[in-house]
Amino acid sequence: MATVAEPGREPVVIDEGVATRILRVLRRAPVHVALAVIGVLWLMPTIGLLFTSLLTPSDAQAAGWWQVFSEPSIVTFENYANIFNDEGIVGALWVTAQVTLGATILPILVASLAGYAFAWLEFPGRDWIFLGVVALLVVPLQLSLIPIFELYNATGLYDTILGLVFFHSAFALPFGIFLLRNFFAGIPRDLLEAARIDGASELRIFARVVLPLGIPAIASLGIFQVLFVWNDLLVGLVLAQDNKPIAPEIFSQLRQFGANLEIIAPAAFFSALVPLAIFAMFPRYFVEGLLAGSVK
Amino acid sequence: MSSTGSSTVAAVPPVTEVPPPPPPSRWRGKAIALAFLTPAIFFLTVWVVYPAFRTLIRSFYSDQGGNFVWFENYEALFTDEQVQTAIKNNVIWILVVPAGVTALGLLFAVLTERVPWASAFKVAVFVPLAVSLFAVGVIWRIMYQQDPDRGAINAGIVAIQGIFTEQGALTTAKPSTDELTGSPQGGLRLERTLAPGGVALLGLTAIKAGELPAEPEQAVTPQAIPDGITGVVWRDFKPGGGTPGEVETDEVGLGGVTVKLRSAETGDTVGSTTTEKDGSFAFEGVESGSYRVAIGRETFAKPFQGFNWLGDSLITPSLLIAFLWVQAGFAMVITAAGLAAIPRDLQEAARTDGGTEWQVFKRITVPLLAPVLTVVLVTQIIGVLKVFDIVISIVPSSGRDSATVIAVEMYEKSFSGQNRFGFGAAISVFMFLLFVPFLIANIRRFRREN
Repeated sequence: MATVAEPGREPVVIDEGVATRILRVLRRAPVHVALAVIGVLWLMPTIGLLFTSLLTPSDAQAAGWWQVFSEPSIVTFENYANIFNDEGIVGALWVTAQVTLGATILPILVASLAGYAFAWLEFPGRDWIFLGVVALLVVPLQLSLIPIFELYNATGLYDTILGLVFFHSAFALPFGIFLLRNFFAGIPRDLLEAARIDGASELRIFARVVLPLGIPAIASLGIFQVLFVWNDLLVGLVLAQDNKPIAPEIFSQLRQFGANLEIIAPAAFFSALVPLAIFAMFPRYFVEGLLAGSVK
Repeated sequence: MSSTGSSTVAAVPPVTEVPPPPPPSRWRGKAIALAFLTPAIFFLTVWVVYPAFRTLIRSFYSDQGGNFVWFENYEALFTDEQVQTAIKNNVIWILVVPAGVTALGLLFAVLTERVPWASAFKVAVFVPLAVSLFAVGVIWRIMYQQDPDRGAINAGIVAIQGIFTEQGALTTAKPSTDELTGSPQGGLRLERTLAPGGVALLGLTAIKAGELPAEPEQAVTPQAIPDGITGVVWRDFKPGGGTPGEVETDEVGLGGVTVKLRSAETGDTVGSTTTEKDGSFAFEGVESGSYRVAIGRETFAKPFQGFNWLGDSLITPSLLIAFLWVQAGFAMVITAAGLAAIPRDLQEAARTDGGTEWQVFKRITVPLLAPVLTVVLVTQIIGVLKVFDIVISIVPSSGRDSATVIAVEMYEKSFSGQNRFGFGAAISVFMFLLFVPFLIANIRRFRREN
């Protein structure tokens, strides 16, 4: 590079640059191709569900969903129109929405109160009780199903939205308290002390200082919980009968009437739209929520 | 509070010092803490802790709860055939999924590391995590349909296989008269023997519409030749029926059919040819003797029927594939984050020292990633022990017995009409015991960190 004076060298240097760049791209080409192929393969099953949901029953019987590529005109929204006229499905979607809303807000409130207490309040046995919460993190919900089923039948909570909200809320708490306590513990002490010296009550400090600062963690927890409750199959199957959320509802139809794809495919795809929309809108919190929730 | 205090300052005689708020008494502090904790304690006690103990007690009682049966329900864990299958299947899941998911995640994370459009790829791999495991079940039911015309997986196999093996020209054809014997699997043979100068009429029916010649040609009975054997393969059927065994007007010749000439004495194949468009064929220069004419079995080779992915023998591998498809994105994101946190200079130093990419990967990258990979492994083991939705939604009811897992058995025994609550409780306790190591690890880690 020191030989600037020689005029003949210059184009050679540029040529080398272009050549090495081309070489570098070429050498990486297999990686690009492999990633493109894997990416398409990974998307294909979901696209298959979407396309199947857009076929009439007879078209779906006759050939695979990829016929949409060669004959896009056969696409129809008939199946979607039909499921929106199906009281079972619409009712189930409505139930799912209510259960999800309730079972997200309630545990966030309860867990943030407790998380604050564990992080910033002094009381005897604090660390031991928190250790108990940590122990509950991996307890499978199966361990509660039978007694809760019997309890709900005895108290009238069986087959109610409230019953599902309470169950999901309770099982969100160990993880929620754990996550929020750790997050709240990271809030600078000075901020809380300043508020205390100003004479703010603990409830006021919680509502005005801790909750606003905790929004990132609360968002992750909230998104994880929305996904978990919206997608739940087992709890809804066990604790509901006529007021089933969407996944148990489609599942029961599947078991009773066999595989009628013209109902199952659009309903399954439609029920996946909510999580997909959250993913599209808040990709960061979505990923963080899933990763944080993986300890559960 | 403090604001009202300052607003009254002007009205009352000035105060030199505002007294600090009295420190909350110990009693008050405890009361506040209790108030903050009460809702959580209530929910955890009623829905988690109390039922857990009840389940434990329940597991020692008979299914309807009347009799104390000691460990009978636990003994049944080892004798119940379905639970045994479930445990075996869960073992397979544990052996395959955590390792497979971690490997896929590592592969994807490393591949995307220096690719500008990596985020598009990551979205594609991450999408299955947004879809519920139940919807995943529906997705893979569609993918795994056996008919290659409808199931994408089998269609893919057909497409790849089609490159290597050819499907027969006439997959459904049957002989039109009794003169042709044999089966499509072994080829059809004209029973009558022929000498040079003979003419063979090979009539076929039951030909699939799609396999008829695109440009049909009238079948013709070829002329006999002195030192050869000639013949025709044709569709011995026309609208209205026609007479079997006779080449008639409007009956079309079948081209592209493999015809074989065999010695009647030894059965050895002495010649092989393919029919013309009008269905005619000829073996020339045939030595004297007696021969038989046959249509080779490759003509009737059936196309690939499709693997029965949801049948008893393939169902668990099918489920594992679907689950890997879901979880790869999770592992990829965690691993990619870990990869981004690795100091670059170590890898660069290894490269300048002449290490190959593979050596750098094996000796530097993977060891540095070990904590992250452990997280992926552990979360996958926990996930696999709980796996339920995907199994119950992909598996058709006929295949349940061979694909079942522990969580499915817990549900089936307790709630799907069987109402065996004692046994179900024992399965739940068994499940919980599987999680105890993770519970202890969590507590240990927490105590170490605090």
